[in-house]
Amino acid sequence: MIAIFVRSLLSGAVVSGTPLLYATLAEVIGQRAGVVNLGLEGVMLVGAVTGFVTMVHTGSAAAGVLAAALAGAALNALFAWLVIDRRANQLATGLALMFAGVGLSALLGARYVGRPITGLPELPLPGLASIPVLGPALFTHDLLVYAAVPIAIAAHWALFSTRWGLAVRAVGENPVAAFAAGRNPRVLQYQALLLAGALGGIAGAYLSIGVAKTWAEWMTAGRGFIAVALVIFARWRPLRAVAGAALFGGAIALQLLLQTRGVPVSSFLLDMLPYVLSLAVLAAWGGSGRRAAPASLGRVFQGSQ
Amino acid sequence: MTSNPGGHAVKARAIVTVLLVALLLYPAAAPSQGKLTVGILHIGSITDAGYNQAHAEGIQVMKKNLPEVEVIEVENVPEGADAERLMESMIQRGARLIIPASFGYLEPALRVAQRHPDVKFAHPGGYKRLPNLTTYWASTPEAFYLLGMAAGKVTKTNKIGYVVALPISFFLANINAFELGARAVNPKVETRVVFTGTFLDPAKEATAAAALLDQGADVLGVIVDSPITVVQTAEKRGAYSVGYHYLGAQKFAPKGWISGVAFTWGNLYTRFARQVMDGTFKSENILGSLNDDLLVMAPFGPAVPADTAGLVNAKRAELTAGKAHPFTGPLKDNTGVERVKAGEVFPITDLGKMNWLVEGVVGQPR
Repeated sequence: MIAIFVRSLLSGAVVSGTPLLYATLAEVIGQRAGVVNLGLEGVMLVGAVTGFVTMVHTGSAAAGVLAAALAGAALNALFAWLVIDRRANQLATGLALMFAGVGLSALLGARYVGRPITGLPELPLPGLASIPVLGPALFTHDLLVYAAVPIAIAAHWALFSTRWGLAVRAVGENPVAAFAAGRNPRVLQYQALLLAGALGGIAGAYLSIGVAKTWAEWMTAGRGFIAVALVIFARWRPLRAVAGAALFGGAIALQLLLQTRGVPVSSFLLDMLPYVLSLAVLAAWGGSGRRAAPASLGRVFQGSQ
Repeated sequence: MTSNPGGHAVKARAIVTVLLVALLLYPAAAPSQGKLTVGILHIGSITDAGYNQAHAEGIQVMKKNLPEVEVIEVENVPEGADAERLMESMIQRGARLIIPASFGYLEPALRVAQRHPDVKFAHPGGYKRLPNLTTYWASTPEAFYLLGMAAGKVTKTNKIGYVVALPISFFLANINAFELGARAVNPKVETRVVFTGTFLDPAKEATAAAALLDQGADVLGVIVDSPITVVQTAEKRGAYSVGYHYLGAQKFAPKGWISGVAFTWGNLYTRFARQVMDGTFKSENILGSLNDDLLVMAPFGPAVPADTAGLVNAKRAELTAGKAHPFTGPLKDNTGVERVKAGEVFPITDLGKMNWLVEGVVGQPR
């Protein structure tokens, strides 16, 4: 019984945490370059619908994921143009982008609600999948799940161990200094936002073709905003994002699982569990360490004028 | 009475704004004499294989019966001011019958109806009426009792899982009836309920369904707007499923389908339209049942043996003839408190007060 509980909890945590991880990584990369994108929810939705529609027509999961990444990047390119070239306010533009994404995805997906697809194939990892409890819980998923943590490690490496990452972070901290040092903040912010858009699109695609295997309007149900909060939780670090997504995803899985076991607690209270846990962890960490946010977050770089 | 009470917190406000602008730009057609225009507002998508599609297909049936009737149909309308504006705009375009097809449209509909006494309204599940606003719904516990009987015979693990949006009395009543039906044929059956807290979050529904299956359930039921995700999840894992709202859900579970209960609004909508056209529309509280044409049981799937089907159909005859009642005492709730005394029944008209889960259901009623 304990083994079943643990297996179910871990498996549910992975399924609930994976889209949050992709989305949080997207926002971490963008914010490291100094850009807050509150439109992540819209980017995810456009990715979700594009991935689903592509899969309906091609039957190919790979094509679906690729199309979702491209669509997410395209929407974020529009956002980048507005906030970098047109110097629009990031928060207002982000919210507008969110609503645009909601409307656009509903429009694109209107004729696809209720269409059956096979979804991402489940690929049990040879060897690992036969480990008792852990195998079925962690190693019997699809490729997007297996890729999520390696992508987080890659993002960490790219941000903290490459010249490009150093430059991106420099732009996020002080674009004027980065510019003076011969870096082009505009180009770096574009690169970061395109990458973020692709990851946001994949986060959405995982929901539509990985988990639910269906498209429904606003099926992200606020996960884009949870991811923005998880960035703060993760202190703008990709590897901590893994911990944050795992904790939050685990809390979602736990509250559903506790209900199936008939624990005598209201489902309304259990529904708060992920948020309560996050608050508890934030409180426990509170005040420790340096200020983590990029110093120029949300500011518009006025160029060399 | 209701299945879709105000829980749609988040809805695509942006979409409806676009739609409203489009509607306003649309040349206002002069209301043509003698011809009826019907306006219908949906809370979600009309292809959701669930709540909304059931209403949309009702409108299709009405159009087939009355080809001269024109229809203005808008999907994804948020409850509140947007719905109110849209109804006003429909009236400007000549609509004389409006069906605001979600529980949460009741208040906006009442306001619009008061301003336009010449326009008729029909609201599903409403608990308030006006001379020009009628309400309708169909009583579902009898049908859920029958679904429970079929599922109770089919289950091998004696565990049934239900994914439900919110602990609302009408949903609790359906689950109670289901468990009582299942127990009537198989005293060991236990129904485990998970509330997702929302009418539409397919990814969460999938996770909840997986958790129930992990706990040993081999039959899944669902009370959210669209049954697709839960029914698909059950099918993929080799479990059985029962549907709700719309007959077409069966196509998502060709192997594991047991049965379902669905609303068929077509004849009622045809009746409303005829009444408005010939001036006989009157405000009443219509509560349909398996006896009439508002509620149907889906065909049994291949998982249901013939003798079980016979058993369920025999009980159905008793229930519809009034010889049996889904909530016949003695009934205890799942904390051991007696709720219905021996020899008494819990009246179907009091379902709004059913705030407990019956013995045998694992779950929290609030």
